[in-house]
Amino acid sequence: MNQFAISATNLVKEFKANKHVVTAINGLSLQVAPGETYGLIGPDGAGKTTTTRVILGLLSRTSGESSVLGFDSMNDMYEIRKRVGYIAQQFSLPPPLTVMENMLFFAGIHSVSSEQQKKRIPELLAFAGLSEFMNRLAGKLSGGMKKKLALACSLIHEPQVVMLDEPTLGVDPVSRREFWNLLGNLRAERGLTIFVCTHYMDEAERCTRVGLMYEGKLIVDDSPANIKRIIPGHVLEFMPSDFAAARKLCNEMDGVLEVQTYGDKLHVFVGDVAKRKPQIEAALASQGITHDNLREIEVRMEEAFISLIRRQKESVEQDGMLTQKSEMSGEI
Amino acid sequence: MSAELFVTQSQVTPILVQNLTRRFGAFTAVDDVSFSVQAGEVFGWLGPNGAGKTTTIRMLLGLIKPSSGSAFVSGFNSATQTKLVHAHVGYMSQQFTLYNDLTAMQNIRFYGGVHGLSSDELRQRISEIIQMAGLVGRENTLTGSLSGGWKQRLALGCAIVHHPKVVFLDEPTAGVDPISRRQFWELIYQMAKDGVTVLVTTHYMDEAELCQRVGFISAGRLVALDSVSQLKLTQMRGQVLEINVSDPEKAVRILKAAQQSHQVPLDEVALYGAQIHAVVPDAQEYNDAIQRLLTQDNIRVNSIEWIAPTLEDVFISSVKARVDAN
Repeated sequence: MNQFAISATNLVKEFKANKHVVTAINGLSLQVAPGETYGLIGPDGAGKTTTTRVILGLLSRTSGESSVLGFDSMNDMYEIRKRVGYIAQQFSLPPPLTVMENMLFFAGIHSVSSEQQKKRIPELLAFAGLSEFMNRLAGKLSGGMKKKLALACSLIHEPQVVMLDEPTLGVDPVSRREFWNLLGNLRAERGLTIFVCTHYMDEAERCTRVGLMYEGKLIVDDSPANIKRIIPGHVLEFMPSDFAAARKLCNEMDGVLEVQTYGDKLHVFVGDVAKRKPQIEAALASQGITHDNLREIEVRMEEAFISLIRRQKESVEQDGMLTQKSEMSGEI
Repeated sequence: MSAELFVTQSQVTPILVQNLTRRFGAFTAVDDVSFSVQAGEVFGWLGPNGAGKTTTIRMLLGLIKPSSGSAFVSGFNSATQTKLVHAHVGYMSQQFTLYNDLTAMQNIRFYGGVHGLSSDELRQRISEIIQMAGLVGRENTLTGSLSGGWKQRLALGCAIVHHPKVVFLDEPTAGVDPISRRQFWELIYQMAKDGVTVLVTTHYMDEAELCQRVGFISAGRLVALDSVSQLKLTQMRGQVLEINVSDPEKAVRILKAAQQSHQVPLDEVALYGAQIHAVVPDAQEYNDAIQRLLTQDNIRVNSIEWIAPTLEDVFISSVKARVDAN
């Protein structure tokens, strides 16, 4: 028994496909304390969904350990199921059932007594703002309402932990905000532990802690505020008249740590704003590139994400190049 | 506007929507909407589900007829010159509509054939699109085995195989990771630089911030039309406070209670990671009240900062204003 709501240690998951072995999780360790809202982010194919499924015991692990509320993912799967709510990425609610029938269906699956059903179902419907739609067919609900119904269904057995895999995909901003406010209420009022995989960095900012996954490993694990702080330097934003030329110019300048594109604007990372800003302005002017006001902006999770992934890729490539070089020259 | 002026303007305006209305029985899906998009502009068309976003696009594409008003694309009337409209627009939906069992190159060739490109044109376009989408070396990969970002860029390539001057992108980036989304937006602006007009819908307001101008539609009505920076100045009801406290879970419970008892006029209060965001009518006026309220419950207030609203804050505020007005 440990004190963590969710725990993984040196977790490895390999898939065998056509004699190839694909390593989806490659020695991942993470711990989520009770009451935390933990966001797992990372590029496509990083292994977020596989991690969620292995922790839940829906997929077997190749090696390492994983547990939920102290229950081992592989050996105590049923104990986990009793205590955890889960919304899969492509979840489906039986469309020919009404909202109420869906709730009853999930209550049945989780063996919730009829007495408890009578109490909890109206509470959960009120919580999700679905009381008025009790008799509507699930198939006739809007996208946002479906997600809220899925959340209500996942809470029917009063779980201590919920694991949500991209729960807001394709949902409009108003419903998305409502969904996250519901998660906030669950955290504030019930101390629920929430584990969520997302592609949206504004959602990551609403987590208490964020893990950035890349090629099966966790490369960063910290609060959103700290993640933004570990990005070196400051970000200058401007819109140049000649995008390609300005980008090339900035990339080649001394003191420029990184250049990111942002639509028709550039984000240039520098260590020393006071020193580099006039240099960049002068360099642009000398090339006849005009631009709007060159200003410092706050680093958001999105800039941090892109920067961290890029540096991870570069370090992997550099290692590769060093190995190649040393092989060619016979030196280390 | 005189008829003569109208014709001249519609010839030069890539997207022109005038008093567009569409009713389905008693329900008005699009209600007297007017806007125009200039050549080379990247225009965000935003709204909640069911607000009339897609109905507007379908009328622009000539797929359904307006009940009244009109829509013009590249100067052609969408309702009466639909074939001409189709020849001049590109359309990409969130489903990407690519054939997974064809290779990347075969998909481009297929769409080129649909649009009647000659084999010379097709050869040139295939190489251009493969370059643009960063698919060099993956020309013969089955589309089904490409990752989300590649597929998305290939779908865009197929949508513009016939060099349209106006492109409609309907939630093109749903479910795609942040890095691929940035690359995609770089492509959008490359097209715009070449004079292509882009109308894009998205549910992600961080992405909408990348548009040069946006229109918000809510319950069928156009509720705001401006640049993102102007919208933040003019459309946000109230101001956003970021509250940093010792016990955010407890603090948010206290603030919610104060909201319900109307002790403090909080338009919205919610947990944001380790912080709380609250929308109040006036940041300076309510800063002290919030501080007192929390302190008397033994919560340590580290800071209360007045922060700039995000476009999402503005969007939700506009939609609420529209709902309240009804």
